[in-house]
Amino acid sequence: MTTKLLTALLLGTSILGSAGMAYAQDVTLNIESWRGDDLAIWKDKLIPAFEAKNPGIKVVFAPSAPTEYDAALGAKLAAGSAGDLITCRPFDKSLELFKKGNLADISTLPGMENFSDVAKAAWQTDDGKASFCVPMASVIHGFIYNKDAFDQLGIKVPTTNEEFYAALDKIKADGTYIPMAMGTKDLWEAATMGYQNIGPNYWKGEEGRAALIKGEQKLTDPDWVAPYAELAKWKDYLGDGFEAQTYPDSQNLFTLGRAAIYPAGSWEIGLFNTQAQFKMGAFPPPVQKAGDTCYISDHTDIGMGLNAASKNADAAKTFLSWVASPDFATIYANALPGFFSLNSTPVKMEDPLAQEFVSWRDKCKSTIRSTYQILSRGTPNLENETWVESANVINGTDTPEAAAKKLQDGLDSWYKPAK
Amino acid sequence: MAAAPKRPFRWHIGVFLAPAVLVYTAIMILPLAGTLQLSLFRNINQSQVFVGLENFRMLFGDPNWSVNFWNALRNNVWFFIIHMLVQNPIGVLLAALLSSPRLRFSAFYRTAIFVPTILSFVIVGFAWKLILSPLWGVAPNLMDLVGLKSLFTPWLGKEQYALTTLSLISVWQFVGIPMMLIYAALLSIPDEVIEAAECDGITGMSQFWKIKLPLILPSIGIISILTFVGNFNAFDLIYTAQGALAGPNYSTDILGTFLYRAFFGFQLQVGDPNMGAAIATMMFLIILGGVCVYLFLVQTRLRRYQF
Repeated sequence: MTTKLLTALLLGTSILGSAGMAYAQDVTLNIESWRGDDLAIWKDKLIPAFEAKNPGIKVVFAPSAPTEYDAALGAKLAAGSAGDLITCRPFDKSLELFKKGNLADISTLPGMENFSDVAKAAWQTDDGKASFCVPMASVIHGFIYNKDAFDQLGIKVPTTNEEFYAALDKIKADGTYIPMAMGTKDLWEAATMGYQNIGPNYWKGEEGRAALIKGEQKLTDPDWVAPYAELAKWKDYLGDGFEAQTYPDSQNLFTLGRAAIYPAGSWEIGLFNTQAQFKMGAFPPPVQKAGDTCYISDHTDIGMGLNAASKNADAAKTFLSWVASPDFATIYANALPGFFSLNSTPVKMEDPLAQEFVSWRDKCKSTIRSTYQILSRGTPNLENETWVESANVINGTDTPEAAAKKLQDGLDSWYKPAK
Repeated sequence: MAAAPKRPFRWHIGVFLAPAVLVYTAIMILPLAGTLQLSLFRNINQSQVFVGLENFRMLFGDPNWSVNFWNALRNNVWFFIIHMLVQNPIGVLLAALLSSPRLRFSAFYRTAIFVPTILSFVIVGFAWKLILSPLWGVAPNLMDLVGLKSLFTPWLGKEQYALTTLSLISVWQFVGIPMMLIYAALLSIPDEVIEAAECDGITGMSQFWKIKLPLILPSIGIISILTFVGNFNAFDLIYTAQGALAGPNYSTDILGTFLYRAFFGFQLQVGDPNMGAAIATMMFLIILGGVCVYLFLVQTRLRRYQF
């Protein structure tokens, strides 16, 4: 009796065990992400495309809310329950994970050679020796305009500062449209769509950004104060009560056709295409004088890395190599117009507005937002202070010089550039 | 005389108290102790190191922290003052009106005034943001109807008005609480007292000032202390209406939002749980101090009337 039971039990476990093994051949990879908006694209386009080429690997995209992502991910990593693949925020948040040993070094991953050094910079150690995330996409800043409004008022797309303000004056004088849709209530609009948008033309992109990090330039230098002086002029062209206008308010003002120009990030393209009933165009931040080199903010925004504790590291690496391939770039960039691939191989995109944005990469020099690398590590946080001061400058609470001085003082209090 | 028989140890008291004590310890006392402990440590090279009062020295000594701290505390005090000056008098007034026997539909008014209290902060913050929006809000149009359009400004976006506006929104939401408490206190005044006052010729307004108000003073005291604790713990409304940076230019930053930014970080700012715990400890001490002042200086002097 006892022997029989034992045999049955042993038999049972061996069957169950082998069933488990059969199941284990199909590896399941989990992706951690904050991009809940992209769930459909991952499920319907990206994952099927990958699974078709790599039988035996199943991929699950499991996003959490953007505001909760960092905290939730940290808790999951600490508890050892995080997914195999981790969507990376740019710079310090991911660098911190790498230093803690949560992200694996993938410098030698096949496919990483497809990316330029600027593209990889957001997910490297400060000395550039180790990379820990595959760059997925960047966003480009510029201005989106209402083409119908420009045609109606006979305005040419501005390329220089002078033409830019002439266009704004003309729209204002006509009175049909609010010249520019931007508010200062949410603060970051003023900094991101304002200062970081037009700034690179003044501080000469990477050149100025690198000099700032090295300590050779200061935020109080004319090149860094000039964009604030421009922002201060914007005040007259914004809508009534812009001080209490939020980011969604600005988006709605523009897509409802009530405003003519929208200082934008390329991530708006998808939403604007579905909401705006008029033709739209885009132009890069105007240069000071005709013929000047133009600079654009082409900001590395999202990447993907490997959880160092992943049990399926090999399968996950296969997936990351695919993410680094032009195949992925083509599907991703077309599914999400406005999130541009960082892959060196040019990607064919269908959306005309997205094509316009990405075409600036050929004629202008790319840089990333000046506050993101290294300079926002201390207290006070330079990025957050830039939000506050940019809004102050537009509101007229601070002069451009005073704002720049506050930022530099804050930076000086903790940042000692390597001499 | 024989010694009184030794009373058996009353186990049942401990048994009955245990669940409450255990739950309260687990969810209140331990986290509080944990916070106090966290504030004495600092993260150095990925490990927690005991640093004594160093975090507090930084909070008060380093201008990068102290300027924000004092700003938040000042704003918080103003937030509290507005509540004390507006919310509680209006609450008392509404309760007095509601308890008037000649008022019709008093149950309806009572409910209508109390409803905002049970709404979520998120709804209140969002609704008021829309009402006051210069673009689509009803406030500019309504003011236009009565010819006051020129007085409209984007209140939530102006440094000098934003905090007061938010305080008044909070008053609008919570005025139901003092109203209800005072209303209950007014109803509990026995009719004999009122009748005796009427026999002595004290009626109308003077009856309120001389008879009813002294009788509801203990309730007003309780409301004041509830307001104090609530205001110095406030966070939600500012966060939903103005965001974690409490703009414009930190003019609506209160201790709660300051704590949030320090503890959890914001945008590129990485959270610093130790400094956050130091701020939380200061909030705890401020509230503790306020409550002690009330308990030992005010409440002991309040006269209680026994009926």
